[in-house]
Amino acid sequence: MKKFSVKTIVAIGIGAALFFVLGRFVAIPSPVPNTNISIQYGLLAFMTVLFGPIAGMLIGFIGHALIDFSFGWGVWWSWVITSGVFGILFGIATKKLRLADGSFGKKDILTFIIAGVICHVICWGAVAPVLDIVIYAEPIEKLFAQGLVSAIANSVTTAIVGTLLCVAYAAAKPKAGSLKEEE
Amino acid sequence: MINIFNYIDRPSPIHRLTGATKLICVLLWSFAAMLTYDTRFLAVMPVLSVLLFGVSKIKLKDVSFMLGFTAAFMVLNNVMVFVFSPQHGMDIYGTQHILFGSGRYALTSEQLFYHLNLLLKYLSMIPIVLLFICTTNPSEFAASLNRIGVKYSIAYSVALALRYIPDIQREYHDISQAQQARGIEMSKKESLSKRLKSASAILIPLILSSMDRIETISNAMELRGFGKNKKRTWYMGRRFSRADILCMVFCALLLGISLLLNYLNGSRFFNPFI
Amino acid sequence: MSDPILCFKNFGFQYNAQSSPTLYDINLTIHKGEKVLITGPSGCGKSTLAHCINGLVPFSYKGKMEGSLTLGGKETKDLSIFDISHRVGTVLQDSDGQFIGLTVAEDIAFSLENDCVSGPELYERVNAAAGKVGISEELMRHAPGELSGGQKQRVSLAGVMVDDVDIFLFDEPLANLDPATGKQAIELIDEIQRQTGAAVVIIEHRVEDVLHRHVDRVVLMQQGRIVSDSTPDELLSGPLLSECGVREPLYITALKYAGVQITPAMHPAHIDTLSLSQADKEKVRSWFHSTPAAAAKPQRPVLLQAENVSFSYANGHHALKDITASVLKGELIAIVGTNGAGKSTFSKVVCGFETHQSGSIRFAGEDLAQYSIKEHADRIGYVMQNPNQMISKVLIFDEVALGLRTRGVPEEKITETVNNTLKICGLWPFRKWPVSALSYGQKKRVTIASILALEPEMIILDEPTAGQDYRHYSEIMEFLLDLNRRGITIVMITHDMHLMLEYAERAVVFSGGRVIADAPCADILTNAEIVSRASLKETSLYTLALLSGLESGREFVQRFIDYEREVYNR
Repeated sequence: MKKFSVKTIVAIGIGAALFFVLGRFVAIPSPVPNTNISIQYGLLAFMTVLFGPIAGMLIGFIGHALIDFSFGWGVWWSWVITSGVFGILFGIATKKLRLADGSFGKKDILTFIIAGVICHVICWGAVAPVLDIVIYAEPIEKLFAQGLVSAIANSVTTAIVGTLLCVAYAAAKPKAGSLKEEE
Repeated sequence: MINIFNYIDRPSPIHRLTGATKLICVLLWSFAAMLTYDTRFLAVMPVLSVLLFGVSKIKLKDVSFMLGFTAAFMVLNNVMVFVFSPQHGMDIYGTQHILFGSGRYALTSEQLFYHLNLLLKYLSMIPIVLLFICTTNPSEFAASLNRIGVKYSIAYSVALALRYIPDIQREYHDISQAQQARGIEMSKKESLSKRLKSASAILIPLILSSMDRIETISNAMELRGFGKNKKRTWYMGRRFSRADILCMVFCALLLGISLLLNYLNGSRFFNPFI
Repeated sequence: MSDPILCFKNFGFQYNAQSSPTLYDINLTIHKGEKVLITGPSGCGKSTLAHCINGLVPFSYKGKMEGSLTLGGKETKDLSIFDISHRVGTVLQDSDGQFIGLTVAEDIAFSLENDCVSGPELYERVNAAAGKVGISEELMRHAPGELSGGQKQRVSLAGVMVDDVDIFLFDEPLANLDPATGKQAIELIDEIQRQTGAAVVIIEHRVEDVLHRHVDRVVLMQQGRIVSDSTPDELLSGPLLSECGVREPLYITALKYAGVQITPAMHPAHIDTLSLSQADKEKVRSWFHSTPAAAAKPQRPVLLQAENVSFSYANGHHALKDITASVLKGELIAIVGTNGAGKSTFSKVVCGFETHQSGSIRFAGEDLAQYSIKEHADRIGYVMQNPNQMISKVLIFDEVALGLRTRGVPEEKITETVNNTLKICGLWPFRKWPVSALSYGQKKRVTIASILALEPEMIILDEPTAGQDYRHYSEIMEFLLDLNRRGITIVMITHDMHLMLEYAERAVVFSGGRVIADAPCADILTNAEIVSRASLKETSLYTLALLSGLESGREFVQRFIDYEREVYNR
């Protein structure tokens, strides 16, 4: 692993803090009763595209672990690790995007959404259940049902929230253009 | 707002252990509890946890709200397991003793025993983490991570997250109020995709200003020499005492017993039905 | 003077991302033990100059350097940012950004930790630095959220003092402080310099406040160049400051109005060192007597009436205690007080963000308690301090239209209202631009426009001019004044004394959750007791009046404000 820049280290810290605040305090009611939508995965995807897979992994891992710590329901290592794995996979899948330079066109949006769906399905449909079986020996049917719901919900938040964040970020990057005042 | 991690500062032997010791112990303990399904072992762990809570002077009322979450979670999970796999116990233990009912949802001793194990498993793993949170000063956390071998740069990311959570929380709150005044709503009245878009109207300013924050903080850190050397010291770091070493040895022993039981049982499960 | 520490020679700098240089032909030498103020309008290059001194240029911000910049005789580009950080201690403007540790003690220790200092030496050096800036033992375990702005700045200063630096660099040290705390900060900087003998460089556009303590030299910059490098007495005797768009000390402006010729021999750097001849005093007096008092405003109906309002946060903090205050229709007033005095909480309660537990708030005779946040906003608009915290759309038009769209207004009506608002706000030429292409001040206008589009009767602005130089400050305030003339009632939350003095008709002063005064600004800023309780500062105009032998300092201040308005309106 090459040495991180100070900026990346700070981005991991602030990213994890944002992930925490969104996951812990921002409740958006979902159509399924008593469950909330995890908009933090939209943030995670955005930060991962900007700062790369390793930063993504750490933001997901640290942020999710802190949420579990704070709720006090124990640390569900299987899911915490999966949030980290999502960061890595998504980071690799979107390596070609150049969001940091302020470019995020229609093709990039498509890549972003498709990569999000694939990575979420792998993570919540396979990685998390397998870890749960190893740790808790829970039945496979329950785990895949849970995983599927999570994969769908997180794909939706990533596609909507993540994309909007990327578009806003790209637009906020000053570009040398030909802006003219109009009367 | 300030104490989101519920650290409770009291003079107790557990508080006096270094953060690194507690972190290592929690990890060893968690692995020990994760790896085995031996009912006897899992039954002892929660008892030990309760004893440790006594030593730490953390009272039930201090953690009652967190225990509420835990209980809700355990009940929900057990119900879900039963709904999805009412015969999971038989798959594991290989026999079938029906207590009453018939068909797929017949209640069997095996299933009940599996649920008991699952419950014990949660009780082995959750309270110890609670204890760790209540007795470890967040300031010591980063130093502890570095102590157990995590690179200091990554350990410092964790410290930064802890440092800026309250600031970001306050900023989120302020932005959200101002946007609500403009008519942004996230309540159930709106459709899901509209709710997500509303959330973005709050998130976008929050995240763009966080990007500025990242810039300022990294400048401040570089100007004060962060990243200069391969190592760094920690103001909150402490040396191990004899008690620290003893605790770590004890938890290592627990892990050893857990592995030994798996070996003796020939599987991760203790099976009383054969 | 002793040896030079820092030396710019024909120095220039251009950021990689920019098409023209930010600094041209800088020649500047700073000696050991010297105290230098670098000032100039926004965009003059003073922040970049600071980055060059502390090594962020070229190590963090890349670009092309010309000429030479030496620190202790060595070219900085041959050093590392770490070498430089041992010699130059920087205190940033954003004290929350600089406060990295979880507690005070950890933050002070930060740079020592990076140097691998450990054991008793670490604790001793941290305690010594804390002692020097007056941080008590008890404060050492506190988290940043529990500290005031002034305390945070002290911690930042202690954090750079743990190293024996040769130069202290302060980047806009007064920006986030209330007037009294700012005054203390300047006194502390002075004291630290005396103790350590290090050079001090202060980057700041509030010249009068920095000159509260002796400064050896003032460097004035404009458009990337140094236009003047002289003693404060010399600089204040000439017209350069105001020509460059930097605000002169108020007493200097008043003297100029009175026709007094200012010379270095009068020691104009500070109001207490200023010596006026009898003839000069006579000029001030006759100016006072010849300036007519402004006509009294006509009686206006009450728009907002708060009676016995009390409010506590969920954590038990009793933020508002029995507040009674009113705002008249068409007024422009200021709410002032220290951080935590309750002024922000009061505005949140008025806007319906928080609900008061007792008392009543009536708006145009109607109790608003039954209404939602959104419904409050139809009548009372709220503009946050930082425009970046409000803007969520890419295009200006969409941003201004946001509130109307969420209210389901038909699109043709939206277009009409938004276009009108954009015209009023001077944003019409930019209507198709992305918000990101605008300057900070223009963004501020966009946020005000987005609130105005909802056609509220009153708007509350939190620190409308924070972080703005004199020119932008004047632009924003003239704009608000224009809105006020169109009939919109304006309430500003601020701790900028110039702002209240020059623009507000009246100030409501909060302290410890109570209203301690409600009077014209000239009365408040000349009342020693209220000034000290609200952490304000007595205005130098008052001192000038007394110095000139006028009996009513208060009247003089009022006359000055009225006269300034006249000058502006002409």
